[in-house]
Amino acid sequence: MSFLSSPTGFITTSFNDALGWARKFSIFQYPFVTACCGMEYMATNCSHYDQDRFGAGFPRFSPRQSDVLFVVGTISHKMAPILKTVHDQMCEPKWVVAFGVCTCTGGFYDNYSTVMGIDTIIPVDIYIPGCPPRPENVLDGLIKLQEKIQKGEQSRILYDPRTRIGRPAELQSGYSIEGHIKHIESVS
Amino acid sequence: MSPLEKVQEQFTAAIIETHSFRGDETAVIRPESLLAVAKFLKETPELDFNFLMDVTAVDYLFFAGGRIQKEFRFEMVYHFFSLKHNHRIRIKVPVDEKNLEVDTLNSLWVSADWYEREVWDMFGIKFKGHPNLKRILMYEEFVGHALRKDYPVNKRQPLIGPQN
Repeated sequence: MSFLSSPTGFITTSFNDALGWARKFSIFQYPFVTACCGMEYMATNCSHYDQDRFGAGFPRFSPRQSDVLFVVGTISHKMAPILKTVHDQMCEPKWVVAFGVCTCTGGFYDNYSTVMGIDTIIPVDIYIPGCPPRPENVLDGLIKLQEKIQKGEQSRILYDPRTRIGRPAELQSGYSIEGHIKHIESVS
Repeated sequence: MSPLEKVQEQFTAAIIETHSFRGDETAVIRPESLLAVAKFLKETPELDFNFLMDVTAVDYLFFAGGRIQKEFRFEMVYHFFSLKHNHRIRIKVPVDEKNLEVDTLNSLWVSADWYEREVWDMFGIKFKGHPNLKRILMYEEFVGHALRKDYPVNKRQPLIGPQN
């Protein structure tokens, strides 16, 4: 059961619809920008693509005032506790967007320093893979997020690498250092 | 006279090996004379190496797939540049695994501070006389030195989240 759903009847449902409608067109985002994806994020925010058309044009640089956490760029293990703190500081209801393949799965990093997907530490609602994703791709993700907000849905689960539960199937297979070593050994 | 020739002339006994290829000059020197050579490079007017461009290290364990065995496991690499004379030199210092300690160049070039902290963080080479030798890239809880060739490629030490 989502945070907006209610066992009562018609009026509540309509109220939730109206609330979802209002929320989805006034997304206050917190950009957690750490790497090169930030350039594409800025391009999406600027006039040519213009996120403001979807009501998401106003970044707040305080987690307390924002609804959507945009994690843009590679997250290292050193950074992970900070990201978790920022997510914890945000008020409910809150959503998380993983922007770029590094935040989705770790991307082509499988090493001592990189978090293999932020969904292992905070729940992620929308994954926008790409290295970096095109602005059209980002807007597509944003519209999917709006649909989710309209329905009042929120992701609550973390990805567990052992059971492989909590991450879309499309993002399950990716780069791994074991696979890379096998590839090198098979070539040489 | 090139900078390398000047160094060779001044420190004949300290030099293990030299190399020169199309103006890229390298001298491999003994660790105990590093400070003296560095001081000479910086303070001689005709050399005037006022810019320490890079400090890094190499781990020769399993070098060339283990086919080449080096006498020393590590090697420090210093790149110097003179803004005035527009010339460069590379100094290498072999470091023994049993005595992982090199003199710091912090007293001559302040920029050596963070470079040496990075080398300590990644390779575990200590710097004698460094004022603040602690990790710069990794977190304090990290165990081991990540760029050493015997650091397990699969080893993960996350602060939060699933372990391995």
